[in-house]
Amino acid sequence: MRIELDVNGEQLEADVWAGESLLYVLRERLGLPGSKNACEQGECGSCSVLLDGELVCACLVLAAQAEGHEVVTVEGLAGAEGLHPVQAAFARAGAVQCGFCTPGLVVTTAHLLERNPDPSEDEIREALSGNLCRCTGYAKIFDAVKLAAGT
Amino acid sequence: MSAPPARKLQLGRVGETVQRVDAIPKVTGEFAFSSDLFAAGMLWGHTVRSPHAHARIVSIDISQAVPMPGVQAVLTHEDVPGAKHYGLEFPDQPVLAIDRVRYFGEPVALVAAEHPEQARRAASRIAVEYEPLEPIVDAERALAQEELHPNRPTSGHGYREDPRPNVVRTMVVRHGDPDAEGDVSVSGVYELGIQDQAFLGPESGLAIPDGEGGIDIYVATQWLHVDRDQVAPCLDLEPERVRIHLAGVGGAFGGREDLSMQIHGAMLALRTNRPVKIVYNRQESFVGHIHRHPARIWAEHRADRDGKLKCVRMRILLDGGAYASSSTAVTSNAASFACGPYAVENALLESTCVYTNNPPCGAMRGFGAVQTCFAGEAQMDKLAAALGVDPVELRLRNALAPGDTLPTGQKLTGSLPVAEVIRRCAAIPVPEPDGLPRDAIRLPGGSGNVTRGEGVRRGVGFAVGFKNIGYSEGFDDYTAARVRLFTDRSGGLVAEVHCAAAEVGQGVSNVLVQVARTELDIVDDVLLAPHTTATVDSAGSASASRMTWMSSGAVRLACAAVREELDRRGGSLDPGEEIDIERIYRHPRTTPLDPETGQVTGERAHVAFACAAMRVVAEVDTELGLVRVAWIGTAQDVGKALNPQAVHGQIEGGTAQGVGLALMEEIQTEDGLITNASFTDYLIPTALDMPRVVAELVEDAEPDAPYGVKGVGEPPTVVSTAAVVAALRAATGRELARVPVRPEHLAGL
Ligand code: FES
Ligand code: FES
Repeated sequence: MRIELDVNGEQLEADVWAGESLLYVLRERLGLPGSKNACEQGECGSCSVLLDGELVCACLVLAAQAEGHEVVTVEGLAGAEGLHPVQAAFARAGAVQCGFCTPGLVVTTAHLLERNPDPSEDEIREALSGNLCRCTGYAKIFDAVKLAAGT
Repeated sequence: MSAPPARKLQLGRVGETVQRVDAIPKVTGEFAFSSDLFAAGMLWGHTVRSPHAHARIVSIDISQAVPMPGVQAVLTHEDVPGAKHYGLEFPDQPVLAIDRVRYFGEPVALVAAEHPEQARRAASRIAVEYEPLEPIVDAERALAQEELHPNRPTSGHGYREDPRPNVVRTMVVRHGDPDAEGDVSVSGVYELGIQDQAFLGPESGLAIPDGEGGIDIYVATQWLHVDRDQVAPCLDLEPERVRIHLAGVGGAFGGREDLSMQIHGAMLALRTNRPVKIVYNRQESFVGHIHRHPARIWAEHRADRDGKLKCVRMRILLDGGAYASSSTAVTSNAASFACGPYAVENALLESTCVYTNNPPCGAMRGFGAVQTCFAGEAQMDKLAAALGVDPVELRLRNALAPGDTLPTGQKLTGSLPVAEVIRRCAAIPVPEPDGLPRDAIRLPGGSGNVTRGEGVRRGVGFAVGFKNIGYSEGFDDYTAARVRLFTDRSGGLVAEVHCAAAEVGQGVSNVLVQVARTELDIVDDVLLAPHTTATVDSAGSASASRMTWMSSGAVRLACAAVREELDRRGGSLDPGEEIDIERIYRHPRTTPLDPETGQVTGERAHVAFACAAMRVVAEVDTELGLVRVAWIGTAQDVGKALNPQAVHGQIEGGTAQGVGLALMEEIQTEDGLITNASFTDYLIPTALDMPRVVAELVEDAEPDAPYGVKGVGEPPTVVSTAAVVAALRAATGRELARVPVRPEHLAGL
């Protein structure tokens, strides 16, 4: 079936199978592999995207369900002026190692700071608890969130 | 006019915190991981795997799968073009199972189709008839059961002869008088479950036929050249016709030392003459790579009244699972580091690894030293209690120092500041306990804890760990680097660094660039060429905490040679002119351990060592059996920090993996079948589980290493499991001899 999606402010069309997730369609059909697939079960947060401004796991949303809604992926965060402050903070704070968790965490953090511009460490932990990172032990990710909150 | 600056590149030299060279593409989502690759006309591969832990294959019928929609190839062992077996160190593993499967998830057949779902559907139509056999699942009983590998793949390699069935390797280290008595003796039996690397980026890669019978494989791996050397014989190709290129690696931790999709993808691509991509899903990833060896350890420590260790006796039994992988080296490491970083006059250390039908085990961060550190440090605490000595003080009294002799007879000639890391760690102030009542997020179990914290008890634990840096026991360990110097269009002098060192997230790419910036102060820019087998010799593996040391050694040599050549040419290059030099770096030579005594046969069996001390504060809700790790402080021997921010990142991340093993991480099996192959059931620490880690870097230069550097990845993982469980013991008074510690082991005090 043919669906039309609003992704990062662009109208995109794709031929999909009915069972394809939003994550699969973004990655494999629309050339947007920034959102990562590390579990496909809603357990790791690597696929986090914004759907009408709400944080969702793209692996749990059918592509067809996203029709008529605004999707923002990690590729859509940077503006004409350059990196999104959260992206710049992750790079500076050393919050990136292998980087597989990074797109999901960047989207989750952007969403957090949108709602709560000055989160406490506990609030950061709570907000990020759905995003697994195997490399960093999270400390520098918390630093990055604080750095981004201050910018 | 003022004089030009002495250096053109002021920033980004060795010893400075430098932003990762791949940081920007990784935060924008542009960085291509192995699972993100795409090629025109690409097919999707899928692997059919055994549902049994042990079975005879009666027949494989692919006839129903071949005509399925979109299917371009269905392959079995009969289609393997060359050698039917491969292996990281011993070729004991079939590319595709032939007449028998020896573990749950063993690859049996392959499909390539236009869409991944078509490949999965066709795979489900492949009819494999199995005759289930009794699985060997108990490591102790395996030593008296039918041989899983009657040809004994690891025998004849200079290891101790052990005639018992299913032995992968036995290593015995005899040091001094193993019967020496002390004034006090403590003993215990310890156990560790199977830990998984659980890297986030699943196994994946893209194989592209070159149209002339050769193949290019883009894959996430830890050692490009050893992949090539395993892949080529199975494809019946000369090694040059197999080119392995590093694709973006989503974490490794040892789990990518062995092959995953490399041969399979190449077989499908060569058969269809189209690019083939294979991506494992999470469940497949859990069965698709080796794990950390589970272990059972019997330990006895004897000491005199003053707390000086007199004799350590330890028997270590490792379950290697179905294939050898790197088990022989893990076996030896477990014995070599069994006594911990302590001087011991007498020891008897016996380490055995067996084949079973459990999931195959091999390399994981800490490599044998994690298991024995957990047992040995519990013993040190028992000894401290028996003697009435402070546990930190007991460790200081026994701390190894340069000039001491290890149980293998190797004299410590390099750096190993054990007492210093203990003192520095012990001096980090421990915070006051959080008061009660408090926000549930700060209670053990977090918001799931509905109490007011009345059952919470606090404990403080301390542990010390150490392990080797680099490959050991006579292995010819080297790293090549190539530096090309040329002038760019604007006349600037540019150095391009080629090195096949796998960037797995640890930050080795920065090391390569920082070294070149440091050594070539004449250049205007340093570029990093792709990591590949096509343009440069082997870098060796991104493992054993060796890559920073080895690759910085190699790049430094190549830079020096380039510099010399440039001077010879008068100090500058004309446009179009270039200098291109490759150099190989080797660390000091090691020799094997004697198979009978486990003693060194030359000066050293291990190149160098690194140690870490860690203090952990944990809170246990003794009603619910839930844990909160409240605080971690550590001091680590790093030699020299080439990029301090990255070193701290390694310490924090390595610590988290040890916390995971202590509290939650275990691959569970039933008769050899994995029952928790998902992130729903195999839990790793989240942002709620990990406290901040206060880390002190102890810089004590390693005399044999470039810049005095040591590896930093493994020591935190070695020590943290032991330190966390020590804190839980202090909180509960329980023995807690098995990890991961489960709630029922803590509840109901
Ligand atoms: S891939 Fe969607 S949550 Fe893991
Ligand atoms: S940086 Fe590797 S998973 Fe987070």
